[in-house]
Amino acid sequence: MLAQGFAVLLSHWWRHKLQFAMLLSGLALATALWSAVQAINEEARASYARAAAVVGQDRLEQLVRADGARFPQSGYIALRKAGWLVSPVIEGEKRFGAERLRILGVDPVTLPSEAAQVNVGAAGIGLQRFITPPGVFIVSPETAKRLEGMDTPPLRISDALPPGTALTDIGIAQTLLDAPGQVSRLLIVPRQPPHARPLAAVAPDLVRRAPAVESDLSRLTGSFHLNLTAFGFLAFAVGLFIVHSAIGLAFEQRLPAIRTLRAVGLPLNALIALMVAELLVLSTAAGLAGVALGYGVASLLLPDVAASLRGLYGAEVPGALSIRPSVWGLGLAIAVAGTLASAASRLWRIASMPLLAPARPRAWSLASESALRLQAVGGLLLLVVAWLAAQLGTGLVAGFAALGAMLLGAALILPLTLSLLLDLGGRLSRGVVAQWFWADTRQQLPGLSLALMALLLALSANAGVGTMVQSFRETFVGWLDQRLAPELYVTTRSLEESQKVRDWLSRRSDAVLPIWNAELRTSGQPVQVYGVADHATYRDHWPMLESVPDAWNRVAKGEGVLANEQLMRRQKLKLGDVIPLEGSASLPLVGVFSDYGNPKGQVILGVDALVKLFPDASRLRYAVRIAPDRAPQLAGDLRAAFGLAPENVVNQAAVKAFSLKVFERTFAVTAALNVLTLGVAGLAIFASLLTLSGMRLAQLAPVWATGLTLRKLALLEILRSAALASFTMLAAVPVGLGLAWMLLAVINVEAFGWLLPMHLFPLDWLRLFILAVASAVLAALLPALWLTHRSPADLVKVFANER
Amino acid sequence: MNVRAIFLMLLMMAAPALAQGFAGLGGDAQGFAAPERGVALSFPQDHGAHPDYRIEWWYLTANLKGADGKDYGAQWTLFRSALAPEEKPGWQSPQLWMGHAAITTAERHHSAERVARGGVGQAGVTLSPFSATIDDWSMTSRAAPPADELSALAITAAGEDFSYALTLDSHGPLVRQGEEGYSVKSAQGQASYYYSQPFYAVTGTIAAGGRDIAVTGQAWFDHEWSSQPLAKDQTGWDWFSFHFASGAKLMGFRLRDAGEGFTSATWINAGGTPEPQLPGALKVSPLAWAEVKGHRVPVRWKVSLPAKGIEVTTAPVNEDAWMATQVAYWEGPVRIEGTHPGVGYVEMTGY
Repeated sequence: MLAQGFAVLLSHWWRHKLQFAMLLSGLALATALWSAVQAINEEARASYARAAAVVGQDRLEQLVRADGARFPQSGYIALRKAGWLVSPVIEGEKRFGAERLRILGVDPVTLPSEAAQVNVGAAGIGLQRFITPPGVFIVSPETAKRLEGMDTPPLRISDALPPGTALTDIGIAQTLLDAPGQVSRLLIVPRQPPHARPLAAVAPDLVRRAPAVESDLSRLTGSFHLNLTAFGFLAFAVGLFIVHSAIGLAFEQRLPAIRTLRAVGLPLNALIALMVAELLVLSTAAGLAGVALGYGVASLLLPDVAASLRGLYGAEVPGALSIRPSVWGLGLAIAVAGTLASAASRLWRIASMPLLAPARPRAWSLASESALRLQAVGGLLLLVVAWLAAQLGTGLVAGFAALGAMLLGAALILPLTLSLLLDLGGRLSRGVVAQWFWADTRQQLPGLSLALMALLLALSANAGVGTMVQSFRETFVGWLDQRLAPELYVTTRSLEESQKVRDWLSRRSDAVLPIWNAELRTSGQPVQVYGVADHATYRDHWPMLESVPDAWNRVAKGEGVLANEQLMRRQKLKLGDVIPLEGSASLPLVGVFSDYGNPKGQVILGVDALVKLFPDASRLRYAVRIAPDRAPQLAGDLRAAFGLAPENVVNQAAVKAFSLKVFERTFAVTAALNVLTLGVAGLAIFASLLTLSGMRLAQLAPVWATGLTLRKLALLEILRSAALASFTMLAAVPVGLGLAWMLLAVINVEAFGWLLPMHLFPLDWLRLFILAVASAVLAALLPALWLTHRSPADLVKVFANER
Repeated sequence: MNVRAIFLMLLMMAAPALAQGFAGLGGDAQGFAAPERGVALSFPQDHGAHPDYRIEWWYLTANLKGADGKDYGAQWTLFRSALAPEEKPGWQSPQLWMGHAAITTAERHHSAERVARGGVGQAGVTLSPFSATIDDWSMTSRAAPPADELSALAITAAGEDFSYALTLDSHGPLVRQGEEGYSVKSAQGQASYYYSQPFYAVTGTIAAGGRDIAVTGQAWFDHEWSSQPLAKDQTGWDWFSFHFASGAKLMGFRLRDAGEGFTSATWINAGGTPEPQLPGALKVSPLAWAEVKGHRVPVRWKVSLPAKGIEVTTAPVNEDAWMATQVAYWEGPVRIEGTHPGVGYVEMTGY
């Protein structure tokens, strides 16, 4: 009995193969996008965790200076002599060719076992080789590949290290980082002898820092991943619309069969169990397919994501995906759970309906106007929630909550809005056919509303994200032009060479501007410090957001500093606020400049003040002003004169191109997810039209009978689909603008620390409009084609037996 | 004294190929200086470090009696291991240092370990005045010139669950082991430079098991350096330092190999005059074994030196005197009975 019952249930799908395909592919697609995003995020998180775990930062307490600056290793010796079991670490960045490497110097002899991921005693290294110049760099396999042929110490490979990090001996690292006798922090061995002298007596300038539960990287990149997650969720939600509508229809269509099964004695419990089993089988199959597809999507997207993360945050994520059962298990689980949730109300109805309830697929598709009103009220409430969250909430999560509430609210209001629009269309139209067209479209609306809501979500996400990206791009390009005024950028390799290059250049160019820099930690976060010369290049071009009138004079005289927008927002600074610098020195803030694409806070002071306050500042880089047409010649001469590598002398155009490339790659992922979401929405419309087409014969037959040809009817069907898509697109524009505004003014500020002006790009909307109408027409094409092939007998039958 | 070197971990880290003999002590001495017969030791210079030799140690063991009447033992050791026969400034120094300290009571054996790189000031040995340190542990001269720098010492060390501070005053001369300080370690001629100061009287305080205990007693100091003290087939050693009630001392060891092993001993009379014994003159044999921290080690020994009429047995203050350090070994105080009663220390490696 059970087996027969199951066969009867499944036979429905056999007769409705397309419906079946829609259900499966909708669910698979939704699962795919969701798990692709999760897989990418997990890959990145694992990489950050590895970075955090290097030398036990995630498990060991540490001693650091309160301002995070390096300190002399005599402090380390003093603590050891006072009985403290601590181990020194020096950390810093160094460039090898085009690769920026995080150098981590440790003392393998005192390194606590909790911090020793890499056994330097292992074959192929050995303590002697590790600590004796030139030392050894222990790096991840992909970093080793990137460093091939560069002038680094010999490389050894270990999977325990995150990409972009080199583990080496502390002595080797001090030399490479040009910081002899300096350490960044001390790792505290967990079991300390009780006799050690108190910290305040031995090293009063050091403070204990708890193990870093969250790394700098995961904090910096959190917004980026939240962004991706939001997109994954959107895609999944759109996918569920399809599943919900497909399952709802299938249940209604099967009511006669269910009635028969009950009538021949299949117990209700057994029936419900069979239907749940059927759903489990279907969703598991679709989930598995989705997970496999998601893996493919993630593999395709990951290199772009990795490039974005490197460009934006300096975060290193491997470009290859590893298989994480947790991610795929979760993807499968969410597919099954989403399906069951979509089906719950149907199952409930079957459980509670009378034994001989009639099947009403048509009625199912015609929810009442009052239901639409109720839904719209819910939508309005959500919009209010969105507005409140944007006004009152702080932080990224509130921002995304506002975003989600706004999108969902707008989607819920859509059917009523469309209904009103169609009503208006009917009132304004003349002629029987036109009036029938509007009325029939309006009557169809409930059956299509889920698909149209999905379309609205996809379109407004597209319009909104598109506006955000384009606004960002426009601002960014203008900003690059301002910021990158000098014609050449030169990086020298040593202090001595730096001086020679400066002399050489000063005789051959209009100006040589030092770009010397140091690093500072305030409130535990790294802040870049740049020293600049007093020169018209800065006065005329630097992209200031606000400043006191004589800002550049004061910077030149060492009486003020400039801060980037990120730092200003993060630390809530105002002009005139005093910024603490190295030691006890501090200077007032005299200006704020925009600094897009930089994850770190930055301050700029006069180059003399920099040298005075940070004697250890790196003095290797220069910007060169020269007539643009002479720049290539000078660059060539300079490389030849000092044997500088091409990447050490870079012209403005190359820097711009590189910056733009980073920018484009950053949003490549967003664009890809956008297109995929739109694809899912298109599929949703196709699925809905397909299912409706089977039921609409009763409406079409009378119209056909009164003289309209099937061909004309089919055309009208296509037109209807296009009209609905157009109206939805019209509604999507304001929603998209709202979305863009939230992204630019709320999310970006929270996530990156910069506020961007919003620009409008109507041409992009036109493109999107055409895309939406085209996909709607495409979706209507097949059902319309079927209609033209209907035999008159089918249509006449409608009158014969009233269904 | 003998080959009390224990440098396993560090040496093995340095060169995996050296994993021969106990703690890599049987490796080749490429580039390092080798001890030569007939070179006279000279003090105070030779109290200091010899960076061109591969290994070196300053080793002090004390048999103590508490104010409570119980027997205690204390150990303080600084090892030096060189990755290369040279000294360089800062972190480039190839000199590695390791400290071991222990307190033995009848109830428990407490031990601790410290490791450090040379060149940065964390550990090392300096002269005028003599001072051997690693972290907060130190062995420092209290001697007033012109007395020998080692004639009076202060030592301190602390671990997680113990600490001690002892003052030492010698009442006898430095003793050169072997042939005027040239101590042969195998039939193939492996050797080290080696001298001792076995005549210390000790007073001080030890803290262990939550109690401070005032102690007095006697201590034995060894300083030894070499580059290849073991033959390749030697796998460990049993080493003995005895303070007899008569005031005489005996240092003896057996290096174990596949065959009979290699024994050597020095009889030191109460006046401090050493009488080196011929290889093989010393006979040692285990009387009882025990399982200590997963290692089966002899805990009672019969030690005889017929040439001196010595036939004694040893009994440990605590059978479980296992040094839970990176290179693990047994080192603890013993009571001596037989023809020459007294107290002493036994060290056993390679079990």
